[in-house]
Amino acid sequence: MNIGSGSVLSSTGSWKSGDVVSDQFPVGLRVLVVDDDPTCLKILEKMLRNCHYEVTKCNRAEVALSYLRENKNGFDIVISDVHMPDMDGFKLLEHIGLEMDLPVIMMSADDSKDVVMKGVTHGAYDYLIKPVRIEALKNIWQHVVRKKKQEWRDNNFDQSGSVEEGDRQQKQSEDVDYSSSANEGNWKNSKKRKEEDEEGEERDDTSSQKKPRVVWSVELHQQFVQAVHQLGIDKAVPKKILELMNVPGLTRENVASHLQKYRLYLRRLSGVSQHQNGLNNSFMGRPDASFGTISSLNGLDLQAIAATGQIPAQSLATLQAAALGRSATKSAISMPLVDQRNLFSFENSQVRFPEGQQQLNNSNKQIDLLHGIPTTMEPKQLANLHHPSQSFVGMNMQVNSMAQHNNSVVMRMPQSQPTAQMLCGANNGSQASRLPLSMQQSLSSEGIPGAVLAQCRIVDNARASVYNPVSQASSMVDFSVNQSKELQNYNFSLGSNSSRMSTLTNRGMLQEEANSDIKGSRGFPTNYDIFNDRHQPKLQNWGLQNVGSSFDSSHHPSIQGTQGLSSQLLLQQGISSTHNNGQNRNGPIGKPMYTNGEESGHTNLMGGQQLNYVSRNMLAVKAERFPDADYQSTNFPEQFGQDDLMSAFLKQQGSVGPVETEFGFDGYTLDNLPV
Amino acid sequence: MERNNNLHRQVASLRQSLFDQGYVEEQFIELEELQDDATPNFVEEVVTLFYNYSARLIHNIDQSLEEHPLDFAKLDNFMHQFKGSSSSIGAKKVKIECTQFMEYCRARNVEG
Repeated sequence: MNIGSGSVLSSTGSWKSGDVVSDQFPVGLRVLVVDDDPTCLKILEKMLRNCHYEVTKCNRAEVALSYLRENKNGFDIVISDVHMPDMDGFKLLEHIGLEMDLPVIMMSADDSKDVVMKGVTHGAYDYLIKPVRIEALKNIWQHVVRKKKQEWRDNNFDQSGSVEEGDRQQKQSEDVDYSSSANEGNWKNSKKRKEEDEEGEERDDTSSQKKPRVVWSVELHQQFVQAVHQLGIDKAVPKKILELMNVPGLTRENVASHLQKYRLYLRRLSGVSQHQNGLNNSFMGRPDASFGTISSLNGLDLQAIAATGQIPAQSLATLQAAALGRSATKSAISMPLVDQRNLFSFENSQVRFPEGQQQLNNSNKQIDLLHGIPTTMEPKQLANLHHPSQSFVGMNMQVNSMAQHNNSVVMRMPQSQPTAQMLCGANNGSQASRLPLSMQQSLSSEGIPGAVLAQCRIVDNARASVYNPVSQASSMVDFSVNQSKELQNYNFSLGSNSSRMSTLTNRGMLQEEANSDIKGSRGFPTNYDIFNDRHQPKLQNWGLQNVGSSFDSSHHPSIQGTQGLSSQLLLQQGISSTHNNGQNRNGPIGKPMYTNGEESGHTNLMGGQQLNYVSRNMLAVKAERFPDADYQSTNFPEQFGQDDLMSAFLKQQGSVGPVETEFGFDGYTLDNLPV
Repeated sequence: MERNNNLHRQVASLRQSLFDQGYVEEQFIELEELQDDATPNFVEEVVTLFYNYSARLIHNIDQSLEEHPLDFAKLDNFMHQFKGSSSSIGAKKVKIECTQFMEYCRARNVEG
């Protein structure tokens, strides 16, 4: 049966940049339903119509994926059946998650625990048992909201070492407040939202995080990266890292998971460049492309990637840190970071953070996107990023953590990561890079795009963070900082990233952070459009609007803050290939393209867009589809001015399809990580 | 008028008997509720769809039942689909039968 299409929250009009859910919500929620059983499909459609949702139905997973890819922000949520003849529902779930970071709801007549568990682990936001009752459907909008919040949260969170509650936080209003500190926290949360509903009742509270989540703030992430570098990536063991970091309250497990994400991220990065390291499936390949351009994304990409792939939040942090470092240097950095991010993102589940950004560069594999990023984000840049991006790091962390959440999302992450990276890279120059990180983080929260988001962060706009949240973040970020605010960028990106991250799947909202004033650079919502197969759910199309297209604007003008950030749409991802299933890379990772232009506008190309890398600083590519469209579309669509990024991304993307990889991001060019 | 009433009553009692005999269940009521002015024949359409779908399915099942040795996995799959479909419309008995069939498949019980 088809995998329930995750509803994409972005619609309902309530998601305005203001993030206040309008009274109308959830009316107008755009749902994509996938099921091979025509009877069921018809019934669902009718029920959803009665709930005043907009329904699109299809009986094949590929068709669903193509819908999702085409309309990056066209859907808020996806509902899919588990058993389908053409593609497994879980696969679709992953794809969607990775590529476009949309919430996906699974359903089946099968209510055995193991199947339900599978749904949860793959990142499904909920699991309904057939026959589906209308009451259950009435509540699906909560998933959208939750996801958004998480994204925002991630973007905004910036608490180093603070423990955050798991996803549940999500309910934060989506306000555009994300711009506040790193959203790491959110990012984590969103990732975790998988809910399992055996009874068919929707449990809004998806997987509640049972344990408090550590928010990998930029600083924390940087610390982490430093520690890892010191030890050597191969020798870096959580225990030693923990000791080196010497952060009170941080547990070995936190570090371990973060490390894992980081490694994945690195892998992704290198894979990206190589295009396939085999790591993450196709995603990586793409990121390369975007990465190249985004160099600035550096830091951010990591995050994005991390986020998407469920990279442990921690890893994202690392990435971010790396990315951050880059953001400082802006432009130059984007690449390296991006790679890093890619790595992260790809590895959703396993994302390991590559040590610092350096790895990112090396890691090509993971992120194809990264390659794309012209900016060579050398490790140095990363270092640079570190400085300025301190804040990003935190953000990335978040992203990463978020990425972790979604193992399934891993796919997503790659996407986001690249974007993040790109973002970072881009930002480096301008400051904006910071933001992408955050954005990514937020994205990561979504779980999928997490990875992607991570990347975004770095770049100013790297936010392609997947969900719209990212866009929000970006808007939040208001990079207005543009100027060397580096830090601001972080916030911005963070904010946007977070939102993006969650939306990593967001389609690549790449927000390019306006370099000069930070504007926008960060918002890139990396939407990884990795929809590869994503059948599901998550139509990440959220808001990442701009995916790729907007990159142009790379706006310099204080980017619209949150939206612009939409991260650089990780377009690369092509997130369309999004993996829907659970992990997938759904988030169209809008690669955060950084248009380094001035600020490093990272354009997060979200999803398909490959590359909006706009290396210019500001790529505020809103790759993400922020559901609110407010953020995204408004901000950045124009941002991408950064030509560099864009071209970079564009190259990458095209097909982000790689989605198959777990991360989903792998294939994605960093542009849009946020898938 | 009277004829109408009569018809109505007949339909009502027929419907009630469906419930009583366990052919149909609550889900069916939900379906009925879904029907409204905008789609006056909703229930009818759904049931028709169901019939078509299940006819095809049954045909497939028949075919595979004829194979030797029996492919239980395939049958199980069919049953799953059938079960999902039937439960969606509230066809209780069919669903129960499907479940039973699946049990047999699992146990590789040919007789069942």
